[in-house]
Amino acid sequence: MLTIKVLGSGCANCKHVEQIAHKVITDMGIEAEVIKVTDYAEIMAYNIMSTPGLVINEKIVSTGRIPTPAEVTTWLTNALETV
Amino acid sequence: MLAQKLHLHDKNILAWLAVLCAALIWFALYNIVQPFANWLAYDLLGFANASRLGESLAFFFYDVPKIILLLSGMIFLITTLRSFFSPEQTRAWLGGKREGLGNLLAASLGVVTPFCSCSAVPLFIGFVESGIPLGVTFSFLIAAPMINEVALVMLFGLFGWKVAGLYMLSGITIAVIAGIVIGRMKLENQVEDFVWQIKANQAQGITYKPAWAERFTNAWQSTKEIVGKVWLYVIIGIAVGAGIHGYVPESALVDIMGKNAWWSVPAAVILGVPLYSNAAGIMPIAGALIEKGAALGTVLAFMMAVVGLSLPETIILRRVLKPKLIAIFVATLTTGIVITGYLFNIIL
Repeated sequence: MLTIKVLGSGCANCKHVEQIAHKVITDMGIEAEVIKVTDYAEIMAYNIMSTPGLVINEKIVSTGRIPTPAEVTTWLTNALETV
Repeated sequence: MLAQKLHLHDKNILAWLAVLCAALIWFALYNIVQPFANWLAYDLLGFANASRLGESLAFFFYDVPKIILLLSGMIFLITTLRSFFSPEQTRAWLGGKREGLGNLLAASLGVVTPFCSCSAVPLFIGFVESGIPLGVTFSFLIAAPMINEVALVMLFGLFGWKVAGLYMLSGITIAVIAGIVIGRMKLENQVEDFVWQIKANQAQGITYKPAWAERFTNAWQSTKEIVGKVWLYVIIGIAVGAGIHGYVPESALVDIMGKNAWWSVPAAVILGVPLYSNAAGIMPIAGALIEKGAALGTVLAFMMAVVGLSLPETIILRRVLKPKLIAIFVATLTTGIVITGYLFNIIL
């Protein structure tokens, strides 16, 4: 199962990224857990400087912007292949 | 792979064409705003040329489309330009820079690096963690919100490029000096302890280079978002400004907001703090006040307080800064803004 983390302290953009993640998971019909990481110490462990950040299986795929559902689909597909 | 490349290439060309078309339409609209406003106020609605209501209306019909056009066009340009900068890149440029040069570079990069106050904490930690001095970090954190795109465009649209440039230069100067002052105070112990304990365990910063098509799409999104947030304030502000323009007698404000009213600068700064979200609506009113005798330095100080001393950013920064450092940060910034206000009132 994939683990998706949305890094960000609850700003509007972070919620948007979380929604996109949920939508893509449903559309792809895969099983994945979406975790919201709001603690700064935990966020900073990923060494990112702008939120929202998106992490798939502990790998950072995007920071500081809202990725498109198409991008997220590609990342999830790649992650599934490497599992 | 080749097909994909060609596809991207076509997308970029289409995006450039769309932007060029939009630019042409923009220029055409911008040039008919004045005749259109006069026609609307004097011919269609039939107000006499010198009547107070007619003058106020012409002013309103001219300023509203002009400012909205300027905001849309310039914010689009600025956000496109900003897509070439990132906080990660800025941090890399600031690494190993000394006091002074580092502060100047940080303040300048604060103007062009994309910044949102909700990202202030990761940015702060990211800077401090990589060894950038506290003072240099503060220069960035002061310049980034103060010299924002809406403030610059409003100043440009209402007062011209000289005032907008003056605002930008003084904003950078305040950020540099306040940063150096805070740096000299050796306040590292006033940063919340957890910040120093964070060890970034993954050095996998990702570099993202968007294509032109994507830069333009993103810039268009931000423009819609920003203009969508401020347009109503702009219209209300211009309506009040137009009323002042037509009805308040010349130099009525010299006594209370002129150069010689010494208390007007600090009063403007204090008034500005709670108004952070309404910068766009307040500027047109300030513009009309200047016309009636208020001093420009007072108005610039007011503008800086409105956008630079932002309450939400201060609250967010409290999570990484102890109360004493927050207080010093606010006090240094306030002093800088008040001095700048006086300075402009003296030299202009």
